[in-house]
Amino acid sequence: MGRRHSFILGARDALPVSLGYLSVSFTLGLAARQAGMSTLQASVMSLITNTSAGQFAGIASFGAQSPLMLTALAQAFVNLRYVLMSLSLTQRFVPGEPLGLKLLAAFDVTDELFALAMKREAPLDPFYYYGMMAATIPCWALGTLLGASLGNLLPQPVIYAVNVALYAMFIAVVAPPARQNGRILKLAALSMGLSGLMRALPVVGGIAPGLRVILIALPLSFLFARRYPLSEETP
Amino acid sequence: MTNAWVYILVIAAVTFLVRAFPFVLVRGTITNPTLRAFLAYVPYATLAAMAFPDMMLATGTLWSGVMGFLAAAAVAWTGGGLFGVAALASGVVLIMEVLL
Repeated sequence: MGRRHSFILGARDALPVSLGYLSVSFTLGLAARQAGMSTLQASVMSLITNTSAGQFAGIASFGAQSPLMLTALAQAFVNLRYVLMSLSLTQRFVPGEPLGLKLLAAFDVTDELFALAMKREAPLDPFYYYGMMAATIPCWALGTLLGASLGNLLPQPVIYAVNVALYAMFIAVVAPPARQNGRILKLAALSMGLSGLMRALPVVGGIAPGLRVILIALPLSFLFARRYPLSEETP
Repeated sequence: MTNAWVYILVIAAVTFLVRAFPFVLVRGTITNPTLRAFLAYVPYATLAAMAFPDMMLATGTLWSGVMGFLAAAAVAWTGGGLFGVAALASGVVLIMEVLL
């Protein structure tokens, strides 16, 4: 498959994500303005980094004028789950793919693009990833711009509906392999159960979602790897 | 007051470093079977924990979130595509939010 074809395919597959990004980043623009950023600053921020939780945390840090070291540390923690995703992605590209090509994709390892990449058969063409980036990054920045400049324009039910769409995509990625493979079903069910339990408990319920995901996925995946090692094929 | 641009740079730089360093660290194919299995399981564990329970808490009323989640799970299980699952969950939540 040609690079051009991969690129177009990636852009097309990411279109639903682009729509979701438009609305999520709209609220991001709102929050940025409320914290005292200009419309330009909010839009540039969304152009050079796509991380909803991270950006919300960063905006809050700016609003509170937190020390920069603390801001950096909080940012690393909120985004720590990307280490797991990037680590998984390193094994998806053709071995020996130049580092530069992979780092360009690393620039935009988001929950949604990671989910889409995992839905593709390995090996993953970096140009497929670039296609997804080309379709989603402008929408992320545009949504932020609109949110920062137009304020509260979208009716709240619409914002809720689009919020849910992004989560629904995670389910759409997990369900088909879970149906075919009992181990994955068990893993996903346990992961959801623990996540719900942690969220419901006092104290730990207040942990940032990004951190909760790591605290669950890291030990659980390791446990499953010890218990059900792979022979040759992926599960 | 520290300029917002400084914060923006810190956010962008830290986020990129977090995402990029595994690629710098791991250049080739991982052969250790346990580690390979671990990496194969990670996507499902992370995506599942991200979707639940947060999807149900992302809406105005708990019930619309629950219905959206159940609709998404049912359609995804029976083989609905990415777009179909997302559109259906959104539609269910939109209707519930307007009605309730």
